[in-house]
Amino acid sequence: MSTRTLISPATLARPRGKALYWTVFTTVVLLFALAFLFPVYWMVTGAMKSPDEVTRTPPTLVPEHWHLGGYTDAWDLMQLPRHLWNTVVQAAGAWAFQLVLCTAAAYALSRLRPVFGKVILGGILATLMVPAQALVVPKYLTVADLGLLNDPLAIWLPAAANAFNLYLLKRFFDQLPRDVLEAAEMDGAGKLRTLWSVVLPMSRPVLGVVSIFALVAVWQDFLWPLMVFSDTDKQPISVALVQLSQNIQLTVLIAAMVIASIPMVALFLVFQRHIIAGISAGSTKG
Amino acid sequence: MTKTAERHPVKTAAVPPVQAPSPVGGRGRRRLADQARAYAFLLGGLICFALFSWYPAIRAVVIAFQKYTPGSSPEWVGTANFTRVWHDPEFAAAWRNTLTFTLLALLIGFAIPFVMALVLNELRHAKAFFRVVVYLPVMIPPVVSALLWKWFYDPGAGLANETLRFLHLPTSNWSNGADTALISLVIVATWANMGGTVLIYLAALQSIPGELYEAAELDGANLLQRVRHVTIPQTRFVILMLMLLQIIATMQVFTEPFVITGGGPENATVTVLYLIYKYAFLYNDFGGACALSVLLLVLLGAFSAVYLRLTRSEGDA
Repeated sequence: MSTRTLISPATLARPRGKALYWTVFTTVVLLFALAFLFPVYWMVTGAMKSPDEVTRTPPTLVPEHWHLGGYTDAWDLMQLPRHLWNTVVQAAGAWAFQLVLCTAAAYALSRLRPVFGKVILGGILATLMVPAQALVVPKYLTVADLGLLNDPLAIWLPAAANAFNLYLLKRFFDQLPRDVLEAAEMDGAGKLRTLWSVVLPMSRPVLGVVSIFALVAVWQDFLWPLMVFSDTDKQPISVALVQLSQNIQLTVLIAAMVIASIPMVALFLVFQRHIIAGISAGSTKG
Repeated sequence: MTKTAERHPVKTAAVPPVQAPSPVGGRGRRRLADQARAYAFLLGGLICFALFSWYPAIRAVVIAFQKYTPGSSPEWVGTANFTRVWHDPEFAAAWRNTLTFTLLALLIGFAIPFVMALVLNELRHAKAFFRVVVYLPVMIPPVVSALLWKWFYDPGAGLANETLRFLHLPTSNWSNGADTALISLVIVATWANMGGTVLIYLAALQSIPGELYEAAELDGANLLQRVRHVTIPQTRFVILMLMLLQIIATMQVFTEPFVITGGGPENATVTVLYLIYKYAFLYNDFGGACALSVLLLVLLGAFSAVYLRLTRSEGDA
């Protein structure tokens, strides 16, 4: 499918247009490779250089010898298995809490017509206007009062208060065909039953988007886990990387950075079509 | 009970109440049971919002007027926190840096993705490749991007200066120089975040009807005129929305200065959020931290209100 854009197909079909198009195309490919892929290449190969080679000027484009030692050292010295596991636990729990609590609340607001539903929805949407980061200190004090510091619940519970995802779900539920839900109720299915076996199966696309947002948000977060996990053994990989970056060999640190990036980059490469479609759709639908 | 119906005139119209046959109890009891069930579904989410969104917002305002130390009972101190924070030399620096950062991020971090999306929209090959590659840095954890660029900016063997040397250009202090530190951080933030902006803008560009370009071309409009008179007006709303989102996001910048420069050199990269963090966790001054939070909140809240107003009115149109 080709729609008319800025430059007309007729112009592009002319020899001069063609030449210009391929020049621009090649330039953009090179530019993208240089700007976005090269830094990643530099990081992955930097970790395989020897400590002496990585600080050499002028630098070597390709490692003289491919050392995997940086990666194995990072794995052992920086206790990456523990921090990766912490991150996985925090992300998985946040995802589960968010999915269960936000879905239930969105379903109630969309379909069960609670009294004060409008007020509650307004209160939830109002939190979108209050940027989360500006409230980290009082939020931290609340978590401290509840005795949740150094506990994964400090990530899980606040993650469930995600107005954006809740609203996304509610809007999706609003648009589900009414007759299908009615039919389920006619057949005597309770609300929970209707949610579980009718609404949720129909909501797979939006649940996928919400799940990815939830996982990525926790994996990428830094300030909040930095505040709530003072105990080194409980810290996720993002916090541990920064804490340990001061007194560790450069190649080992770079290797740890590569390892910390792999899960999310892999997730992205696997689900890239869905993720990109989700981001693109979010804009036009508003 | 009819009140509920009035409260949700739209919803009631969209979803007529499905009255299952109710053998026992009247309408009233039935309604009460419905409400109880609705709130059972809502409860978990409501508790989380109350504890971690609504209460902290109120608490920030309260503590801003208190001397607050965890473990001891708070004292009311009036506006002392605000005056103390105001007279902190870092206060002015933090606001100046944050606003400069936001402005630079708007100029660089908005102009580049904008042009990039325009060009990408004209390319007819390797579309998926471009979209994946431009979004790749967004998926790299921000901490890793920051550490990566900290290494690039290394005055010795950092890639940034090596490139300049290779091109026989004068080298720079990058994040280590007082006058180049802030812009160095803007470059990092732009590199790391522009993927989202490019993708969203690209989607908006695709919704422009092709006839408009055809008509403009027939009227003799050249390329730049077509951008000015067709592309920009047609995507005006998305441009505005992305700009506001960018402002709101960059006003809360923390990771890059914390990881790359530690606020230095000479406070050149201390941001408001960084200062809040310092007040709370270095000075143990939660009153001051909350006073700062309230100030940031008021400013960002105003931007957010504009943003929501825009999205709302566009939805109505």
